[in-house]
Amino acid sequence: MKKLINAVDAVVREQMEGMALAHPDLLRVSLEPKYIVRADAPVAGKVAVVSGGGSGHEPLHGGFVGYGMLDGACPGEIFTSPTPDQIFACGMEVNGGAGVLLIVKNYTGDVLSFETAAELLHGEGVVVRTVLVDDDVAVKDSLYTAGRRGVGGTVIVEKIAGAAAEAGYSLAQTAALAQRVSVNSRSMGMALTSCTTPSAGKPTFDLAENEIEIGIGIHGEPGQRRIPIVDADAITTLLAEEILNDGPYTRTVRSFDPMTGDWAEVSLTSEPFRVGDRVIAFVNSMGGTPVSELYTVYRRLAMICKERNIVIVRNLIGAYITSLEMQGCSITLTRVDEEMVRLWDAPVKTPALRWGI
Amino acid sequence: MITTADIEAWLQRAAALLEANKGYLTELDAAIGDADHGVNIARGFAAVVQKLAAQPGQPLGPIFKSAGMTLMSTVGGASGMLYGNFFLKAANVVGDRQTLTPADLLTVLEAGRDGVVQRGRAEPGDKTMIDAWTPAVNALKDALAAGQPLSAALHATAAAAEAGMRATIPMQARKGRASYLGERSIGHQDPGATSTYLILRALADALADEDAKRA
Repeated sequence: MKKLINAVDAVVREQMEGMALAHPDLLRVSLEPKYIVRADAPVAGKVAVVSGGGSGHEPLHGGFVGYGMLDGACPGEIFTSPTPDQIFACGMEVNGGAGVLLIVKNYTGDVLSFETAAELLHGEGVVVRTVLVDDDVAVKDSLYTAGRRGVGGTVIVEKIAGAAAEAGYSLAQTAALAQRVSVNSRSMGMALTSCTTPSAGKPTFDLAENEIEIGIGIHGEPGQRRIPIVDADAITTLLAEEILNDGPYTRTVRSFDPMTGDWAEVSLTSEPFRVGDRVIAFVNSMGGTPVSELYTVYRRLAMICKERNIVIVRNLIGAYITSLEMQGCSITLTRVDEEMVRLWDAPVKTPALRWGI
Repeated sequence: MITTADIEAWLQRAAALLEANKGYLTELDAAIGDADHGVNIARGFAAVVQKLAAQPGQPLGPIFKSAGMTLMSTVGGASGMLYGNFFLKAANVVGDRQTLTPADLLTVLEAGRDGVVQRGRAEPGDKTMIDAWTPAVNALKDALAAGQPLSAALHATAAAAEAGMRATIPMQARKGRASYLGERSIGHQDPGATSTYLILRALADALADEDAKRA
């Protein structure tokens, strides 16, 4: 294993210390427990948007802390969910009186941790709501699995929810919008190579020189299937078709109801993409794939969308939700309406995403 | 009568047993999860023991609560939350008591198990730690109802957990990260059910030892 690290157990802390030194104008860092908050937190009267998850996906989530996006981010160990005490302390610090929205990627550990934290925050009188992101179409059924995983759609949800909170939306409005963005997002990823967590010291799966893994998540776990390598256009077509041909997806989601202080189960359905849909197209590097290759992927994706009469109204291209140094990419399409596009365009000033300001 | 010393001995024994089986648990997790269960759970229980040593003489409720909070904040991942919840629910039923009868211990394990079910929403057969917890709790209940002495009843408990753990091998996972593997999860023993067995084995061994010391 060759990595730019000092010690395996210092990886998360030292990266946080580096962020604090690099971006004092944007954020503050707490090391015990670990969380990152915007420099001006708490912002009085504004809904606070908090997310978190395992480390190793940078810039997600800490790189999205700042004006117009996240108020707080809670990093766990590499590929391990954060613990409730982190999320609780972060939520307490960023709450500006208008409540806290927790954006949760659908992984069992993350869900259990954020659920516990939501209850702890509620117990302290903080008005809290939760939104689940589960956009990974590689997972086909929700009945016999833990459901679709939260992947690329998370970035879109965090940007739009953050802008809504900045624009003065109430907690209930921000949560409803975030859930709508999540339900309208679909993603599919692939790996050219595996990745190595510092603690394991060796790749999490073996992939031969002539093989690629289709339908991966973001934790270096094996994907849906393994195929012989094909060219960029063929890979892009494969990913895009998984997304565009995905039928209606219905699942039951638990969300925290601050009125009752209890969990409510709601059934949500993601409708398939249809001719004329307007989308944000997001081509993401898994960490090791250069931008040049992402544009090659986008080139083919744009052609496919045009053929299918899907209108790309905005795009995002780069490494935003990664699996350490894995080579590969993911494609996310989010169906958007005018309100979502307006909030997507709204000013944002974070270490990893910055425009209009 | 089960004392606070017995419970502390249990937690110490569990920490040692999990540490000794760290590699084994991680190996099981590598097959169907993300290869960190052994390291995470051993780190968590070591922290539990360390924290208890720093606060001696506490009643049972605070001991369990400290264990639960420590596991939640040090393990990470689903297992930390589930074991943490086990001990928090256990804390709720024992309050400030210093001793437990065997029947009380059953109540503690039942409440803890219910806490795991409530948080994780797994059912028997989903290939999770519940597949070890539920037969174990049932075995303790049956053994006590049949009038068995505590140490025999706890050995039956651990044996039932072990059988439950083995029974996860042919199951297809329906919860947690292993569920994404679909049929490929079949043929592997669930790491969470395995750590649950080890924790209950530690309980049986610790209380047998304490009994022997008293005898």
